[in-house]
Amino acid sequence: MEEEIIKFENVWKVYSIGKIKLPILKGITLSIKKGECLSIIGPSGSGKTTLLNLIGCLDKPSEGKYFMEGEEISSLSDDKLSEIRSRKIGFIFQSYNLIPQLTVLENIGLPLFYQGIDEKIIKEKSLKLAETVGLKHRINHKPTELSGGEQQRVAIARALINDPILILADEPTGNLDTKTGKEIMELLVNLNKEGKTLLVITHDMTIASYTKKIVRILDGKIINDN
Amino acid sequence: MIINVFHIIRIIKFGWKNIWLHSLRSLLTVLGIVFGVASVIAMLAIGEGASFEAKQKIKELGSNNIIIQSVKPPSQDISQQRAMLGVYGLTEYDLRKISSIPSIEKIIPTWETREEIRYFDKNVTGRIVGTIPQYSEITNLKISQGRFFNEIDNILSNSVVVIGSSIKKNLFIGEEPIGKEIKLKGNYFTVIGVSEEKSISGETKTFTSDINFDVYIPLNTARSFFGEYDVKRGGGSFERTWVKFHRFIVYVKESEKILTISSLINQVLITTHKNSDYEILVPLELLKQAEHTRKIFNIVLGSIAAISLLVGGIGIMNIMLATVTERTKEIGIRRAIGAKRKDIIYQFLAESIILSSVGGIVGVILGISIPKIVTKFAGMTTLITLWSILLSFSISVAVGIIFGIYPAKKAAYLDPIQALRYE
Repeated sequence: MEEEIIKFENVWKVYSIGKIKLPILKGITLSIKKGECLSIIGPSGSGKTTLLNLIGCLDKPSEGKYFMEGEEISSLSDDKLSEIRSRKIGFIFQSYNLIPQLTVLENIGLPLFYQGIDEKIIKEKSLKLAETVGLKHRINHKPTELSGGEQQRVAIARALINDPILILADEPTGNLDTKTGKEIMELLVNLNKEGKTLLVITHDMTIASYTKKIVRILDGKIINDN
Repeated sequence: MIINVFHIIRIIKFGWKNIWLHSLRSLLTVLGIVFGVASVIAMLAIGEGASFEAKQKIKELGSNNIIIQSVKPPSQDISQQRAMLGVYGLTEYDLRKISSIPSIEKIIPTWETREEIRYFDKNVTGRIVGTIPQYSEITNLKISQGRFFNEIDNILSNSVVVIGSSIKKNLFIGEEPIGKEIKLKGNYFTVIGVSEEKSISGETKTFTSDINFDVYIPLNTARSFFGEYDVKRGGGSFERTWVKFHRFIVYVKESEKILTISSLINQVLITTHKNSDYEILVPLELLKQAEHTRKIFNIVLGSIAAISLLVGGIGIMNIMLATVTERTKEIGIRRAIGAKRKDIIYQFLAESIILSSVGGIVGVILGISIPKIVTKFAGMTTLITLWSILLSFSISVAVGIIFGIYPAKKAAYLDPIQALRYE
């Protein structure tokens, strides 16, 4: 039996705009096992970004339960959720989201900075990961001096540095050309082969097809889970 | 998360980097604090210097003394009628009356005139003071060469003179003055002593004239050579005044009785001096007044400086708020990858504290240099106190904390999802 790391039980997310209640997620039940490679696919407005925010502990469900490694985390404090993000999640964003004034190496090491880890260790680990994503020659550059593909590689290295239980990629190829996008997806899939659990969120079927499992979401509901 | 020293150093390092990223903006922001701190230190230094100078002068008059001076009465006919004899001031009768007041240890009468003092071809204008031998003791006049005149000199009306240090410098260049004869109002006097130089700080001499230009002769000698008239010629007019005594210096041993005695003296004098041709100076009282004035001065200066620091603080807050908005996305990223709210607070607080501290340091340097420049070019005494430096620097740091907290909190309480989406 494979270990279940993420489990959603009838999760709702409702936003209130004035008096109007706007349900975005309507009873999501989802389970992700260790080492899995899956994508969540859906058109814009389907609630997939909200789902990603919930999985990534950036937001709390309005209703329902969220278990991470068997622990109920839906009602934790902001500090505890930050702690989980810092130790268990690796984010990859569509627009890379690197910090412009920091160098490549500093960007990669930033999650460990917030864990209060020694500077030397951070530097060692960051260097190793820069090598893994093929950017060893770029470590002292600023993000703006890099191409889109290179920036996304930096983001991937940053997502890996805290050795997360789950890599969350939100449209990781959305800002890249097809060729570079393919390279990035191959890099991610390879990471999965090495044992990392990978969740990709996309609206693009060709990207979703890289993953072994595809979950479709429409109008706040999962329509098939095969 | 454990906050250790290295972590704090890293936070400061990152903060410093961010400040340098916008060096011009940071410089402009910090100027408010720089001028605030500099003005606190400089203004207090100038204020302290002025009061120090005043106190020095008052001390020279002697804190156990009461000084009674003859003054030309206001709106009297002596100024109108040129050849009239102006009679005013303290008299022998006053001397006897005041001497009879108990608790008065000593009373030193003086008769003074401004005259040219000659030695061969050299001359200098100084003040001739005719007085009694106890004068040097009561006014704390030190003799550097020779001696002060004594009782015998006074009784015999000897033509002896004790000269001030500046008189010596002007008349006796490369010569020893003791035993030489100088000419005062056409009469020769033998120099028997030279008084020690007294430093008169600054340019303004509010309370005393430069006593280094004084010459002292026995009172009886003054009486027999110069009489009691004083004739001043100038601008086609001449004025004769008849003043018995110009000053009484009253020495009171117990300084707590000074006020009582000075009012007693006033009561004695007022009966015979209806035209108020005298004034009573109490150096101790002046000292207290100077102290009081200084306090008020410091409060006023302090408030002005506090306002400028406040303005500086608002400047910092303003720029930090702008920075927070500008870096909303960065805050979102940092939060997403695991920064806690307090990490964000530390980051922005570090920046505002760095800004205000750097401003404080530059302000201290500027604040120390301004009084030095003032002293050099305006000749004013300035006194930089350590407490003013410490106070203004700690206020500048405090300003950084107080005005940095709100922007930092604002940054920390941004919704990470909203912040990430911010472009």
